[in-house]
Amino acid sequence: MRPVTIIAAIVVAAMLVAIPLFHNAFLTAHATRILIYVIFAMSLDLLVGYCGMVSLGHAAFFGIAAYTTALLSAKAGIANILIGLPLSMLAAAAGALVIGLLTLRTSGIYFIMATLAFAQMLHFLVNDSDFFGGSDGILLLTRFRASVGNTVLLDLGNATTRYYTALVATSVAFAGLALLVRSPFGRILQGLKSNEQRMRALGYPVARYKLGCFVIGGTLAGLAGHLYATLTSLADPSILDWLHSAQVLMMVIIGGLGTLIGSAIGAFLLIELIDQSAELTDHWKLIVGVVVIAVTMFGRGGLVGLASLLRTSVFGARASA
Amino acid sequence: MQLSTFLIQLLNSVQYGMLLFLIASGLTLTFGVMGIINLAHGAFFMIGAYLAFQFTRFWGWPLPAAYAGAVLAVVVLGACVERTILAPLANRDHLDQVLVTYGLILIFDELAVIGWGKDVLPAEIPALLRGSVQLGDMVVYPVYRLVLAGVGLLCAVGLYLIVAKTRLGMIVRAGSFDRSMVRALGINVSPIFSMVFGLGAALAALAGVLAAPILSVSPGMGDKIIIIAFVVVVIGGIGSIKGAFVGALLVGLFDSFGKILFPTVSSLIIYALMAAVLVWRPRGLFGKTA
Repeated sequence: MRPVTIIAAIVVAAMLVAIPLFHNAFLTAHATRILIYVIFAMSLDLLVGYCGMVSLGHAAFFGIAAYTTALLSAKAGIANILIGLPLSMLAAAAGALVIGLLTLRTSGIYFIMATLAFAQMLHFLVNDSDFFGGSDGILLLTRFRASVGNTVLLDLGNATTRYYTALVATSVAFAGLALLVRSPFGRILQGLKSNEQRMRALGYPVARYKLGCFVIGGTLAGLAGHLYATLTSLADPSILDWLHSAQVLMMVIIGGLGTLIGSAIGAFLLIELIDQSAELTDHWKLIVGVVVIAVTMFGRGGLVGLASLLRTSVFGARASA
Repeated sequence: MQLSTFLIQLLNSVQYGMLLFLIASGLTLTFGVMGIINLAHGAFFMIGAYLAFQFTRFWGWPLPAAYAGAVLAVVVLGACVERTILAPLANRDHLDQVLVTYGLILIFDELAVIGWGKDVLPAEIPALLRGSVQLGDMVVYPVYRLVLAGVGLLCAVGLYLIVAKTRLGMIVRAGSFDRSMVRALGINVSPIFSMVFGLGAALAALAGVLAAPILSVSPGMGDKIIIIAFVVVVIGGIGSIKGAFVGALLVGLFDSFGKILFPTVSSLIIYALMAAVLVWRPRGLFGKTA
């Protein structure tokens, strides 16, 4: 790693740790939300950027975990995230396994549409059923905590604790994914993206690797979904809408496919873009739409691609001069 | 179920199916011939509905002029979008196409809000076509819905004739089979693309114009129906007009009878149908096996 990268990483880490010290309630809550979407975007980047599986239904797993969390707390009174977190991630993993088994038989645009169809099924399932709170969703009045026995380790009623919980989860997810994509398993996924036929010819059980990738991505999306439900105290059908899946896909693209840090930056930028333009005008969708089109059409490789292009053109010119 | 209920649901299925076919046929053509996924196709449907409302209610145009004007305006808009934004995307991967057309959806929805506001507009059934007719002994059915089904069927027949019998149709069929080969044979595909895209936009606009009194005219009306139209296209097999027709009828049937037989889960039945079809035939009912 180059020294510049290391210094930048340390600065960013310090800034992230320092955010609650400003005692600005809005800033802390806003940063918490961004961190959740960083996890969500990275989990999709694993599918799209590393393995080449364009899913337009990734919100399904986010939603499964959020609703599992909500149901556990509303119907069973479980407020302990040490129980809720594993259970909701497990639910997301199970969902990803079933949906993956069915959708991975297809490829290309059929895969895009098949993943979308399953997410829509879940959307309508919760939207039309009283058990899931219908179109209003489930408002969580629980004060979430992490506790062993009667000892409370974390009290998530506190905004600062919520932020640090999200920060730790994001860091763990980032480190885990970074290790995963450098592992032999990750190399195989990248091989699948560049040439599936060749990987099959080399004797790799392609279907199993793709399913594994799909389930890991879904489980991590579940982590984001669980955090979303506990930290925003809400699970509503809009998180299962296809526009939500499209939004997270956009985050991955803005940042740059197949670069985890890129999807993190993309999540930050898209949320900022939406929030800032919403502040500016009621018609923020117009601004976001134009930016989305411009970035996709002209900024191939996203911001990370743009940055490396800039670096090679600047440093490359200097080297040859 | 009573026989009369059954017959009415059957008519509903055909009517809804034909509406979906008008939208889905454009989608499947755009994908088959140009290789482009156009999520923004629903915007043409929405704009058609809004313009027809604008022309009839606010400007007081006579009905045929308003309808034709709305469809024509959408065709012009579609041609502009195709030339400037979609044509350069033809050789990019699906991901880019999904995102750019998603951006277009945001823009068109917001423009509709700017132009007509967020509220649902009350489009009315034209006076001439109000009321119901007695069909046989036991069924009474609204005239307007019959007309809608009839127009859809007419368009389906017309489209079939174009695709099966004309030179343009031949190129379209060849194009959805192997695009680069068509080009290699010396056919200038660019104007063909525009024509096909314009035709698709026109059909979607027509669907919007006709559906306005039945569905609600509101921003985002295109987002809902476009996903269902995609379900139709995927069930039928992408690129196949016949597939879109059969898929539209199937979705119409499952939707209408689902609402009666399983009211609590009716919205997700068509997605379950699509999932089942894909598990059985991963490339849809009439998709080419590559």
